[in-house]
Amino acid sequence: MSRTAERNPEVRQLLERKYRHGFVTDIESDTLPPGLDEDVIRVISARKEEPEFLLDWRLRAYRYWREAQEPSWAKLNIPPIDYQAISYYSAPGAAKDAPKSLDEVDPRLLETYDKLGIPLHERARLAGVAVDAVFDSVSVATTFKSRLAEAGVIFCPFSEAVREHPELVRKYLGSVVPYRDNYFAALNSAVFTDGSFVYIPKNTRCPMELSTYFRINEQNTGQFERTLIVAEEGSEVSYLEGCTAPMRDENQLHAAVVELVALKDARIKYSTVQNWYPGDEEGRGGIYNFVTKRGDCRGENSAISWTQVEAGSAITWKYPSCILRGDNSTGEFYSVAVTNNFQQADTGTKMIHIGRNTSSNILSKGISAGHAQNTYRGLVKVFPRAEGARNRTQCDSLLIGRDCGAHTFPHMDIAHPRAVVEHEATTSRISEDQLFYCRQRGLDEEDAVNLIVNGFCKQVFNMLPMEFAVEAQALMNVSLEGAIG
Amino acid sequence: MSAPLLDIRELRVRVEEKEILSGLSLEVRVGEVHAIMGPNGAGKSTLAQTLAGRDGYEVTGGSVLMEGEDLLEMSPEERACKGLFLGFQYPVEIPGVSNMYLLRSAVNAQRKAAGQEEINAAAFLKQARGEAARLKLKPELLKRGVNEGFSGGEKKRNEILQLAVLQPRLAVLDETDSGLDIDALKVVAAGIRALRDGQRAFVLITHYERILNLISPDRVHVLAGGRIARTGGAELVSELEASGYEAFLPAAA
Ligand SMILES: Nc1ncnc2c1ncn2[C@@H]1O[C@H](COP(=O)(O)OP(=O)(O)O)[C@@H](O)[C@H]1O
Ligand SMILES: [Mg+2]
Repeated sequence: MSRTAERNPEVRQLLERKYRHGFVTDIESDTLPPGLDEDVIRVISARKEEPEFLLDWRLRAYRYWREAQEPSWAKLNIPPIDYQAISYYSAPGAAKDAPKSLDEVDPRLLETYDKLGIPLHERARLAGVAVDAVFDSVSVATTFKSRLAEAGVIFCPFSEAVREHPELVRKYLGSVVPYRDNYFAALNSAVFTDGSFVYIPKNTRCPMELSTYFRINEQNTGQFERTLIVAEEGSEVSYLEGCTAPMRDENQLHAAVVELVALKDARIKYSTVQNWYPGDEEGRGGIYNFVTKRGDCRGENSAISWTQVEAGSAITWKYPSCILRGDNSTGEFYSVAVTNNFQQADTGTKMIHIGRNTSSNILSKGISAGHAQNTYRGLVKVFPRAEGARNRTQCDSLLIGRDCGAHTFPHMDIAHPRAVVEHEATTSRISEDQLFYCRQRGLDEEDAVNLIVNGFCKQVFNMLPMEFAVEAQALMNVSLEGAIG
Repeated sequence: MSAPLLDIRELRVRVEEKEILSGLSLEVRVGEVHAIMGPNGAGKSTLAQTLAGRDGYEVTGGSVLMEGEDLLEMSPEERACKGLFLGFQYPVEIPGVSNMYLLRSAVNAQRKAAGQEEINAAAFLKQARGEAARLKLKPELLKRGVNEGFSGGEKKRNEILQLAVLQPRLAVLDETDSGLDIDALKVVAAGIRALRDGQRAFVLITHYERILNLISPDRVHVLAGGRIARTGGAELVSELEASGYEAFLPAAA
């Protein structure tokens, strides 16, 4: 039994009560049995030694969620999800059936790492090989931490922030994405177990790109991850989430929440590469990814930029958005979403212009192959007081083959008569002329497709930090394997 | 005598149910330059596309051998790797793919097929820049997307750049001279002449005497009525210039 539970008779009681209620639970194990009720939330909060306000907030979120309905407006075919069949707490390190060495890892996964150029020493960690078998990364992370500390930057697991900086968490948590925002945000608020917390002090430029890659001190946060980034006045940060390698994950349902707060003159750049398991060629298995990401440009002249490369998951439901509250603030959304086989993606953004002279730029590239369905869904909203608001939206869709689909739903809600809003959308098939031209120069069909697709995505890849861009290109190629011929 | 570089016999090709080539024969040996002329719609581009293996050009008869091997059995990329280069009449734009990147990928694909290592990146860059300078192609066009926003003349010169870097055994150039001003034409002709080194052969498809005056072909053919209707030496060019293709067109009913 965990130390928390030993120390905390209430938790012990709870666990035992579950047992009496007939749950098949092993008190020795640190994983809760499947099911969700208020007791489960109390256990999670107690295990994490959370302050009262957070437990209260979780419980309110849970009560809201219990009454709420799953959203059905997306162009997604979502099989029913049994929320009572999921286990909502598993202690860090309690990896279920983790492979003990690379020899036990699925060779196809290793082959993919090879194609993506993942360094040998990283593969074990990504494949979920038990932690003590993993080397190197710890020392890297330590150097990293000390450099950040010097700059006064806080970058730590969310649960650590709750313990060490409760006043910051209390002030900002839920201030951008309230738990009532939507069904999945409510679920996440109730049950999240960890994630990242970033705080950049006033007038500080974060000395390095922050990457979840280095946030190795906790595992198993993928399912209900919670991220909060606060950039104080005049500060700047670039944050990288995910990595191109498919990571081992047994949880089918993912519902993450990311909140960004940019105060006056602050800039946040948030880049994501999402490559969760997409399911097999027949559409079996794969992650359901329901993500709520939103940035609040709270101060004047603040800027938030989202760049995403969405390649994985069976279902993607995700709309990284910007609330342009401060005057002269800017929001950007650059996206590549690639779907193959039976993947479905409904993704896009919302740009909410509230302040004066706010501007936003949207560039979305959707690639669909196999039997996949790829939807861009966007909202540009301009409030009556948003004098001088501007938006530019460009959505391009590329189809490979005959059985896939691309859809575009660009909503506009413009309440200021002089707002400048431009929208352009294109849908094209991969062109026979381009393919033939490349093949006539000696490239085989697959290389030719990869080349053309990467060209199509180029403007978005250019927004990614350098080394990420190179990886993203390799990821595209792997994602489209078998799309032709 | 060794097998010809290109040996086309009685080739019949259909496009969308319509026969365009009806028994065309042509033999090209290493070191030679052949010109193919003929009226619009005669099937010159059809011949070029068929040689390169484009879908939709249905071969219904005859044979095409390249150095004794059956070209028609090969995929377009196999033909390219074997040394067949097509200079396109209308080079396509590929946005976002840098011109240099495509060219290096092409070089490496062909080297791989020949069992060679990838080209050294610095050596490649040097070679490509040198060729581009000789062709008076602005250096910035190397970094731009393939043919993206190129003028007509720049597109054609870019084809010759690829030709110069890839150094194919057999280059089929489909109206590379069309739409070029006289300076561009000279540059392109010089580019072709520089490669006329006895190691390869050219098939120049053209409408105009002026490029042939700069290159002086070994053989001149008229493609009409789906076949090679007449073959001659360089003197045939000025004859055609004077009398046109009237004699080769089907007699008016
Ligand atoms: N892809 C195509 N689809 C339909 N018809 C074609 C196609 N390519 C060529 N043709 C037809 O074949 C004939 C020969 O065309 P082409 O080979 O382009 O002639 P040339 O290059 O000698 O001017 C023309 O009648 C043309 O309309
Ligand atoms: Mg033609």
